[in-house]
Amino acid sequence: MTTMTTAPAIQLKGISKAFGPVQANKDISISVQPGTIHGIIGENGAGKSTLMSILYGFYKADKGEIWIKGQHTQIPDSQAAIAAGIGMVFQHFKLVENFTVLENIILGAEDGALLRPSIAKARKELQHLAEEYGLNVDPDTLIENLSVGHQQRVEILKALYRQADILILDEPTGVLTPAEADQLFRILARLKEEGKTIILITHKLREIMDITDTVSVMRRGEMTATVKTSQTSPEELAELMVGRKVLLRVDKKPATPGDVVLEVENLQVIDEKGVERLKGIGLSVRAGEILGIAGVAGNGQSELLEVLGGICDATGTIRMNGTELPLTGKGAHGQSRRAAGIAHVPEDRQREGLIMDYSAWENTVFGYHRDPAIQKGFLMDNAAIQEEAQAKMDRFDVRPPHPKLAAKNFSGGNQQKIVLAREIERNPDLLLIGQPTRGVDIGAIEFIHQQIVNLRDQGKAILLVSVELDEILSLSDRIAVMFDGQIMGERMPDQTDEKELGLLMAGVVQTPDASLEKVVDQQFALQEEEREGTR
Amino acid sequence: MDFMTLLQVLDSTVRLATPLLLACLAGLYSERAGIFDIGLEGKMLAAAFFSAAVAYMSGSVWLGLLAGIGASVVLSILHGLASITFRGNQLISGVAINFLAAGMTVLVAQSWFAQGGRTPSLTGAARFDPITLPLAETLQNVPILGPIYHELISGHSILVYLAFLMVPGTWWLLYRTRFGLRLRAVGENPAAVDTAGVSVVALRYAAVLICGVLCGIAGAYLATALQAGFVKDMTAGRGFIALAALIFAKWRPWYALSACLLFGLLQAVALRYQNIDLGSFVIPVQVMDALPYILTVVILAGFVGRAIPPRAGGEPYVKER
Repeated sequence: MTTMTTAPAIQLKGISKAFGPVQANKDISISVQPGTIHGIIGENGAGKSTLMSILYGFYKADKGEIWIKGQHTQIPDSQAAIAAGIGMVFQHFKLVENFTVLENIILGAEDGALLRPSIAKARKELQHLAEEYGLNVDPDTLIENLSVGHQQRVEILKALYRQADILILDEPTGVLTPAEADQLFRILARLKEEGKTIILITHKLREIMDITDTVSVMRRGEMTATVKTSQTSPEELAELMVGRKVLLRVDKKPATPGDVVLEVENLQVIDEKGVERLKGIGLSVRAGEILGIAGVAGNGQSELLEVLGGICDATGTIRMNGTELPLTGKGAHGQSRRAAGIAHVPEDRQREGLIMDYSAWENTVFGYHRDPAIQKGFLMDNAAIQEEAQAKMDRFDVRPPHPKLAAKNFSGGNQQKIVLAREIERNPDLLLIGQPTRGVDIGAIEFIHQQIVNLRDQGKAILLVSVELDEILSLSDRIAVMFDGQIMGERMPDQTDEKELGLLMAGVVQTPDASLEKVVDQQFALQEEEREGTR
Repeated sequence: MDFMTLLQVLDSTVRLATPLLLACLAGLYSERAGIFDIGLEGKMLAAAFFSAAVAYMSGSVWLGLLAGIGASVVLSILHGLASITFRGNQLISGVAINFLAAGMTVLVAQSWFAQGGRTPSLTGAARFDPITLPLAETLQNVPILGPIYHELISGHSILVYLAFLMVPGTWWLLYRTRFGLRLRAVGENPAAVDTAGVSVVALRYAAVLICGVLCGIAGAYLATALQAGFVKDMTAGRGFIALAALIFAKWRPWYALSACLLFGLLQAVALRYQNIDLGSFVIPVQVMDALPYILTVVILAGFVGRAIPPRAGGEPYVKER
């Protein structure tokens, strides 16, 4: 048959899937040519992951057909997907932490009842794959001792070991440093050269533009468009995702910084395992200024926010409007921090910012529930709180605007708006805000960014922590980069770029001509040292 | 303490450690697969009763053993249904099994035998007899090694040897076979097993069934080898001590052997030295009887250090998007 040569690697025809009343996928058709990188982009809940889960046999579609390499294929479970040559790299890795790389690779693909021969074969095969694709990983290391980037390589190796020629990657760069992401993209390009087909699921427009050949956009369970990447633009894709025009750049005036509001000196945190999380941090934030803290997750930013917010103890000095704040004991709790004029929008809003099972109106007063204005004798004035909550939700455009709905029933963006409304409307002098738009749709991102800028323009000090470099670059008036519990340096956003910040994030202060490869290796060496040190 | 007394205490240690070891390994299979099993006690108790009852009625200890295993496996499947298929709370299911076994055994015993909740005493072929290993008698007079072989190593029932052989067997199965790799993986990260195309449910049921079989042997040993017949609550917390030993052993087979021998030794000492006369003061027998349990608490609280349980333990597996 002559058509076989041009048959698409994957063809989905009219896939539909509903979870109860929610239509996650509506009549989706897509065709991916072999040897290409195909991007799928869409907001949270647009149905990208559901579609890929159907392709990998996690869910069964209610309707529709799957064709793999020109053949109608049934995929009732992951075993069938693997047999059809599909490999999947999940956003949250599916690795056994205390197994070695080899053990993880053969798990489920063993050759016989005994392990020894399977391991020997995998070791050889791994060497071969490492040479062919530049995927070097020490086969005998435990997964928990590998960096995130290397863990991801193990996932890719797992798929290749199972002879996958179609590779699906779900939000692969969310956990990587910019340098690691670049390495991943080089590996993907290499895989493409070797004739593999790659599907890249992401919400980052830049990645789509950089690496894909074609891109499909999903919105509310439907495939709204499939276009050639070279014939589209980020603005057009954003509009297709959200369904209206979106401002990708934050619209803000130059900052007019006033007096110093927050001063931090020599801040040190040692966690319960004895690991030094903050190694003597010093910084200051002025009124009417946004200080952005950039860094890969886990380099001490969370601890910094927690100390300032009164969640974790520390040593050092914190001054708020010139007054020193206690760092341990009763005066270092969230309550007294709020009294000092510090509001905190925590990084993990579902665990620290909200009580998910409580209603929205209850969530709008947590932390401020002792305010005399909302008391009625020894009871709380619930009617007043609800009324106030309704007003806040209207002002912050929370949808649906029902204060009695439980927090868990709102989308990520609307949950964040509830937290923001609670913290901003109390008129703080300093706003701590961590990962303001994690898990938030593009449409809501625009709104949240605007609120932060408005607050700054009212003369408030803002400390912004984010792992999204784009967000740091577009919001901050000044940028500090954290690595390994230290501040590697401060930069002005108009005098730096992603590359320089990326190097600082990897712990490299100055490398005029070092290749990225070298930088990443250095970073791993540093992490190794750290581990040795803590043993 | 002379050499023979020492040997006798150690011999008694081996006998008392056997049910602990079997139950501990049973728990090891289950918990390594991510199913916490607080119902070891109940399964042993049910197995003890049914093995004694069937051995008495049929006159065959082997039929008794089968009945004991059968009873324990039925309870295991119940635990599996609750915690794997219906994704219930594993602790509650385990506690329920303990209560069920405690009540049911006595009730059925009273209804069948009318002897106040016990079975009649077992004799002859209805009990497991000690096995004399080859050359035990002839070597008896060799100094030191002779008595050790004759008193300590020889002269136990077949279930004792089975239990001790299960230790290397379990190690081999866990670390050298495909089944073991998958079993360990499913207790650490079931999603990894699932995405690799292996059934999480089937693996967990297999683990729970092995746990049932081993608990069954442990219970049968109590009623038909260590003692001659079933009495109310005869497991006396051994299922819980086995769980303690499992934590002490950090879920590893060889460590489990050491932990169970230690707990067995404590019980043996308590059995042998009932009243200790300190001249002006006599330590009462109750203190000695309580000692193994007290030491269990002390050891668990003080000497375990950081024991990391299987990471997915106690969590029902739900596929996520």
